[in-house]
Amino acid sequence: MMNINRRTLLGSAMAVSLAVTLGACGSDDGNNGTGPVTADQVQAALDAGGTVTVWAWEPTLKQVVTAFQTKYPKVKVNLVNAGTGDKQYTALQNAIAAGKGVPDLAQIEYYALPQFALGKSLTDLGSFGAGELDGTFTPGPWASVKSGGTIYGLPMDSGPMALFYNKKVFDTHGITVPTTWDEYVAAARKLHAADPKAYITSDTGDAGFTTSLIWQAGGKPFTVDGTNVKVNLADPGSQKFSTLWQQLVSEKLLAPVTGWSDAWYKGLGDGTIATLVIGAWMPANLETGVAPAKGDWRVAPMPQWTAGGTATAENGGSSLAIPKAGTNNALAYGFLKYATAGEGVKIRLDNGAFPATTADMKSDAFLNKEFPYFGGQKANQIFAQSANGVVPGWSYLPFQVYANSIFNDTVGKAYVSNTTLADGLKAWQDACVKYGKDQGFTVN
Amino acid sequence: MARRRSWTGWAFIGPFLAVFAFVFLAPIAYALYLSLFRTRLIGGTSFAGLENYERALTDPQFWSAAGRVALFLVVQVPIMLFLALLVALAIDSGRLYGKAFFRVTVFMPYAVPAVVATLMWGFMYGSQFGLVGNLNESLGLSLPDPLSPGLMLASIGNIVTWEFVGYNMLIFYSALQVVPRSLYEAAEIDGASQLRVIRSIKLPAIRGALLIATIFSIIGSFQLFNEPAILQSLAPNVITTFYTPNLYAYSLSFSGQQYNYSATVAIVMGVLTVIVAYAVQLRATRKER
Repeated sequence: MMNINRRTLLGSAMAVSLAVTLGACGSDDGNNGTGPVTADQVQAALDAGGTVTVWAWEPTLKQVVTAFQTKYPKVKVNLVNAGTGDKQYTALQNAIAAGKGVPDLAQIEYYALPQFALGKSLTDLGSFGAGELDGTFTPGPWASVKSGGTIYGLPMDSGPMALFYNKKVFDTHGITVPTTWDEYVAAARKLHAADPKAYITSDTGDAGFTTSLIWQAGGKPFTVDGTNVKVNLADPGSQKFSTLWQQLVSEKLLAPVTGWSDAWYKGLGDGTIATLVIGAWMPANLETGVAPAKGDWRVAPMPQWTAGGTATAENGGSSLAIPKAGTNNALAYGFLKYATAGEGVKIRLDNGAFPATTADMKSDAFLNKEFPYFGGQKANQIFAQSANGVVPGWSYLPFQVYANSIFNDTVGKAYVSNTTLADGLKAWQDACVKYGKDQGFTVN
Repeated sequence: MARRRSWTGWAFIGPFLAVFAFVFLAPIAYALYLSLFRTRLIGGTSFAGLENYERALTDPQFWSAAGRVALFLVVQVPIMLFLALLVALAIDSGRLYGKAFFRVTVFMPYAVPAVVATLMWGFMYGSQFGLVGNLNESLGLSLPDPLSPGLMLASIGNIVTWEFVGYNMLIFYSALQVVPRSLYEAAEIDGASQLRVIRSIKLPAIRGALLIATIFSIIGSFQLFNEPAILQSLAPNVITTFYTPNLYAYSLSFSGQQYNYSATVAIVMGVLTVIVAYAVQLRATRKER
């Protein structure tokens, strides 16, 4: 158990090592939420007990709560599912605005974190000594929860992308697994020509997917420096994406099925949607949602923009953060650390979650796990490799939740009319710029 | 002569007034209050005066939404009311066998919640996995996709018509029920045909009901929300976040946190609805004279 005092930690690297040996000397109340809180104080809060309210929809947290309550019998964790994604953010935003009913901990996806950070709604976890966890998490997620020296949450899972493909369909039509995006388009053509009912993948315009592909292509369409925001959805990375994807859209090689709908699951199961380029958290969803196709699917590295490359991007993934208006910060941090960097991690992995922790990503048990769903393939090796290849330097808009909500108003037009993806991205950029200015940012 | 003011009346309407003020006037007042401010992510809340209204009146997204529901109103409402009238007259004519059965079946869709009805129609409209897709496949047809941009409004109109023909039929039918039977007998003695009876007795007699149904339908059209909101998940690129004014207000407040502007949009649309409904009523009553 390390005892780190925040003030000491701020000094220098030398001071950090001193602090570890000297231990913490602060003795103020750990629940006031302003000053630094030491590990001792968190421990004391855990021993003293109390109630922590957690808003999350991540399924494996249930088992973590059970184990946590067994370890700290005086603590009661109240796990509430306040909706998934947007719905939860709306509820959280309303609770914060009302100043009432705010949870002690909330699940927030990486793309939404800046919006809450900007609203000054989240506690800086640096004051709990979260800085010492540098290196515990894989670089992508760690960068996502940090902004200008402030740590707004701890990574709970991550979504380095990979190519999931239906091997049975590929074998039937003699299609080889694409390693580049050009090969992917060729495979799309070949598949649809061989079976007009089959599509390489489905897409009706998905902001998360689009931004992830731009990310992989090296695009940096959003640059944020405080309240100065730049939006450029015509940068080289974005252009790479729009040029490539436009071919699939124009030639009608994409199944017009919206993700997560019944038709989507059906298509994944019956071979009419042959691949998915998506985050590494997908296997659990395939196992439960597309059970009949067990054994048909395999995992391969994400197709590349340049042959022989290893660049990847993150897709989805969440953090747990402590809203400022929560009542029991020290206790909340106790659970947060347990679930994201402590014993909770293993419990979540055993139940099918994908880690954001370096140690687990490197462990033999993890890497050599065989997935019966993928015909015994050791899929985690591909995911772990993908986690290492995530292109650095990406950032989302400080109002990405809103931006994503109007994605289909703008870019979506390319899927149902003669508008091109490039024009759609331009329209999206304009709408983002307008909203940003309305909200008081300095844009472009 | 000085009369003593009696407060007894107030005591009787007091409870009603309190509830009325609380659930009806207060929300409107609050919306008006909200519409005068502006809350920004950077800079917080500030008084904006009429800026939000200025923005709404020049907002192309708002006007495209308003235009869309106006088009919906002009096309769908006459079709729906005509069908409802036709069914009401048929049932009232007394020549229909199994009158009660028709009355109940035509009214039945109104008892289905709009959300369920839309989901059901959504499944049928699906050109990939829905009924349309199945028909195309099994009969070798190539039906147009009801969820494509060109047909979406018509598809929504179809759902709304299906839902509300029965409701309007019931209004017309009950109005027809109170027409004195002696009028029909007199008409028969005069040798009037059924069509003549409809034109000269039945339609004038249910004029009031027609007006009421029209006004309800105007309000309903302007408030179109459920159907597009649910179909949005099936056709996200066709149904934009500003497809109808209500959907626009909803998106503004729930994904954009633009509560102030959302309140403004709602108020402007409310005022528009009142103007149109009042104009229709004025015109109808003037004709009556």
